[in-house]
Amino acid sequence: MKEKLEQIKANAMREIQNSDGLAKLNDVRVAFLGKKGELTAVLKSMKDVLPEERPMVGQLVNETRESIEKLIEETKTKLEAAERDLRLKQEVIDVTLPAKKNKVGHRHPNTIALEEVENIFIGMGYEVVEGPEVEYDYYNFEALNIPANHPAKDEQDTFYINDEIVLRTQTSPVQVREMEKGKLPIRMIAPGRVFRSDEVDATHSPSFHQIEGLVVDKNITFADLKGTLAEFAKELFGEDTKVKFRPHHFPFTEPSAEVDVTCFKCGGKGCRFCKGSGWIEILGCGMVHPRVLKMSGIDPDEYTGFAFGVGLERIALLKYEIDDMRLLYENDDRFLKQF
Amino acid sequence: MNTSLSWIKAYVPDLDVTAQEYTDAMTLSGSKVEGFEELDADLDKIVVGQITKIERHPDADKLVVCQVNVGSGEDIQIVTGAPNVKEGQKVPVVLDGGRVAGGHDGKKTPGGVKIKKGKLRGVPSNGMMCSIEELGSTREMYPESPENGIYIFEDDVKVGESAIKALGLDDVVFEYEITSNRVDCFGVLGLAREAAATFGKAFVPPVVTETGNNEDVNDYIKVTVKDTELCPRYCARVVKNIKIAPSPKWMQRRLASQGIRPINNIVDITNYVMEEYGQPMHAYDLDTIVGKEIIVRRADKGEKFVTLDGQERTMDDSVLMICDGEKAVGIAGIMGGENSMITEHVQTMLFEAACFDGTNIRLSSKKVGLRTDASGKFEKGLDPNNALEAINRACQLIEELGAGDVVGGVVDVYGKVKEGRRIPFDAQKVNALLGTEISKEDMIGYFKKIDLGYDDERDEVIVPSWRQDLECLADMAEEVARFYGYDNIPTSLPSGEATTGKLSFKLRVEAVARDTAEFCGFSQGMSYSFESPKVFDKLLIPQDSDLRKTVVISNPLGEDFSIMRTISLNGMLTSLSTNYNRRNKDVRLYELGNIYLPKQIPVTELPEERMQFTLGMYGEGDFYTMKGVVEEFFDKAGLHGKETYDPKAGKPFLHPGRQANVIYDGRVVGYLGEIHPQVADNYSIKERVYVAVIDMPEVVELASFDRKYQGIARFPAVSRDISMVMPKEILAGEVEKVFDAKGGQYLESYALFDIYEGAQIKAGFKSLAYSLTFRAKDKTLEEADYAPAMDKILKSLEAMGIELRK
Repeated sequence: MKEKLEQIKANAMREIQNSDGLAKLNDVRVAFLGKKGELTAVLKSMKDVLPEERPMVGQLVNETRESIEKLIEETKTKLEAAERDLRLKQEVIDVTLPAKKNKVGHRHPNTIALEEVENIFIGMGYEVVEGPEVEYDYYNFEALNIPANHPAKDEQDTFYINDEIVLRTQTSPVQVREMEKGKLPIRMIAPGRVFRSDEVDATHSPSFHQIEGLVVDKNITFADLKGTLAEFAKELFGEDTKVKFRPHHFPFTEPSAEVDVTCFKCGGKGCRFCKGSGWIEILGCGMVHPRVLKMSGIDPDEYTGFAFGVGLERIALLKYEIDDMRLLYENDDRFLKQF
Repeated sequence: MNTSLSWIKAYVPDLDVTAQEYTDAMTLSGSKVEGFEELDADLDKIVVGQITKIERHPDADKLVVCQVNVGSGEDIQIVTGAPNVKEGQKVPVVLDGGRVAGGHDGKKTPGGVKIKKGKLRGVPSNGMMCSIEELGSTREMYPESPENGIYIFEDDVKVGESAIKALGLDDVVFEYEITSNRVDCFGVLGLAREAAATFGKAFVPPVVTETGNNEDVNDYIKVTVKDTELCPRYCARVVKNIKIAPSPKWMQRRLASQGIRPINNIVDITNYVMEEYGQPMHAYDLDTIVGKEIIVRRADKGEKFVTLDGQERTMDDSVLMICDGEKAVGIAGIMGGENSMITEHVQTMLFEAACFDGTNIRLSSKKVGLRTDASGKFEKGLDPNNALEAINRACQLIEELGAGDVVGGVVDVYGKVKEGRRIPFDAQKVNALLGTEISKEDMIGYFKKIDLGYDDERDEVIVPSWRQDLECLADMAEEVARFYGYDNIPTSLPSGEATTGKLSFKLRVEAVARDTAEFCGFSQGMSYSFESPKVFDKLLIPQDSDLRKTVVISNPLGEDFSIMRTISLNGMLTSLSTNYNRRNKDVRLYELGNIYLPKQIPVTELPEERMQFTLGMYGEGDFYTMKGVVEEFFDKAGLHGKETYDPKAGKPFLHPGRQANVIYDGRVVGYLGEIHPQVADNYSIKERVYVAVIDMPEVVELASFDRKYQGIARFPAVSRDISMVMPKEILAGEVEKVFDAKGGQYLESYALFDIYEGAQIKAGFKSLAYSLTFRAKDKTLEEADYAPAMDKILKSLEAMGIELRK
């Protein structure tokens, strides 16, 4: 009996080792351990064994079974790994083949620039507000200290609907509307469409966008204006950006300034982009004129404020190096797709 | 406004700066220098030489060989083809290795042209004699230059000295951007005052001396001003025995540096004083002035007048005229008349320096269609106190130049004298506004630098009349700031109560629209708010449609930009058309922009501005693609209910069988459809175009960003399919209404999974197949739970004439 078991075991071991696939291995398992398998047959013949020998034989049978099972298990693991390796080898793909792209649309460069600006100011506690694009002459001019017959009101620049109503030439009237609400302090930006009577060319458009900013509170200073816009310029154009304030004149601010930033192309060394100066003009600003505060119902002795206005297209053209403003209003898919 | 550095230095003698230093410092103190031109940038090694000998060139008829003394000891030999050289002449000579600005044809070469010694037809030539063009200038600016040939100096220049200097080309011309409030800086004196203050040097304006003989000007001319509003001041002086001659070189050079062509002493003096004082002047031939009187009055309506450029112009009654006893002799502040202009034969001259109302001059200049140097200055609103000084300065120059005999006295018609202003001063407030700690003494020091007075006793700044822009303390703060230096003001951030930064709700909904459109493959476009009234015809909009009631621009750029849009489709279709014509495939665009709906015609109050979310596409996709985008947007904007679609949208620009109003909560919130082929044709698009227009104010009202978790279903769903055959006219929406109405509490959802029309079905019918899903939150459904609902649905469908297929 013992010899028989040894023989079975040896046969099984050999056949297992010769199995070259999982299917074959399974055949081997069935042949030895299955219901009609050789080892099972031995168990079935136990009744022919002498009762006193039965425990010993039983143990032998179990040992044989265990060692066969163990080897089958080990071999199975090995074969499985080999088969997986083979499959992985067969499944190699050309990763340089073109991607299957989702067709996602693109945002207008103006909007991308606007969102950047909005996020900077929202982070500083500014509310984004809007005002009408067709506006009363009063809000667009008079309330901003631009009296009748002021050259800035010249028909050359302003589209008129009638004597009282114009297409706003700036986003500044939103300042007045916000101040008139009487809720102080104010920290707001007002982006929007503005209109000037300019013929269309590479640098002009009769319709473009501005972003107005206004802060009114007690103790607001020109130093605050400088600090705020320096922060803004750094956020928008990069940490190393420097700003320069130059005296200027706007009817609704006093003192007024124009702001240059170091050219982000050459870093201020001077290049073709900045016409050699190292600086690029980006916005106008100033302390809200006391007369403007007063007309809007705010006491200039108690409150001061600053205001600024940025040309959105200017930012977009500069930032994205777009060389012709007309591209912004043609809506050519090949242009929009680049943003 | 331009000035040359040398002219500025005439009044700020101690000024010693480079062009770049001047540019930077002046810009930072408020006189923005846009750029500068160094006249000698491309000139090098050019000296005054004297031709000692001229011989014929042995091998060329048109060349001569000159020996030129350039002050270096030995004469140098120069071969030239210039026709005008003679022995003894002094000429500009560029030496070997030097540079000139360009050719004698006036074309400049950037960086200049290097001159080297060489041979011309075998004869050595060691330099070049120069024409004025080669020196980078023109005969206009140097009228003494010959038409063709070498520039010839007068005898007063020294051989060997710099010819660049001798010609006044060692100068820089600055171009300024002067803001409209600084009227004083439209004259060289004003800018010189700023330069002196900026660099801390003394300002030395010309000393105007008394002029005139012992005659009385009142014996020569009488002046009556009929409209003192439009002409607050009129000064007149008379010069007789006029000797017309060229003006001296120094004056010519200064005018040339401003780009003003020298003409003769009288014209040049007029221009010179205009530039120097910013005060335009005019000279009349007194012998043409009838009745020896000047009357300043408004023109008659339709009055015709010939200006000194020979043009006849038509006036209206708001234009101010200068007249004599019987006729007009000039348009005030704009241009004199041909009938009274100075000619070479002038004997006696009337000088006018007046002050006119700036606004009137600006409007008149536009009406007459004539803008001149003078009107450009007057329209800024000049200081009447400047006029007398300027006319006296002009007479002083007349005498200095020997251009005539000035008659004693001035006729000065000056009504209400314009006084300076006093502004209460408060140094502490200035510091509070600027965020600085500048001492009061420093502030007063800055004021004194620019000739502002200070009254210690009353603590007031005394502002002269030529600084009309200074009105209040904030203005004084700017004066302090610009001389303290904007750069030196510290930086800080606003302190005080914190505020919340945020987008308005409307802007948040718009952001969702953008996101959704882009996820769905639409790119953002932008189009103009104004368009042509022809757009309505292009869109097949009926004549009586309200859409044709528009806000009209009274001064548009042209008809194509003359009305504010009342419908957003034209911009979209135009953009799609642009893309189509450029052969871009499968284009999807969206726009968020306003339409402008007038509240009444004619417009008396602001129109209603309604934001429209407009989507448009051609190529891949169809009506249902567009519908999907709309529903996606509504879902993202928190409109979680069910949209319905009314095919009777009545849009003439859409395909009559492929259009629908989008209805939500009983309200029309927009429409979508395929563009009518006729309209697509009008926009030259030869493909099917689909659009959707969503009225954002409606959506904003319905939108919400509140979200509530509904739980995830834990019990299995049961689904039942219904397959139906029905007349084509029955809409899927009507079937779905039945599901909604009869589905009961367990109907979770339904979905169309098949639609068929064709051979298998009888003509005029279609088949629809839906899958209905029932589910309960709290249990596994038994048939008994949903069977009654199914029954009701089927019965209702049958009642509608729908045949059910098992």
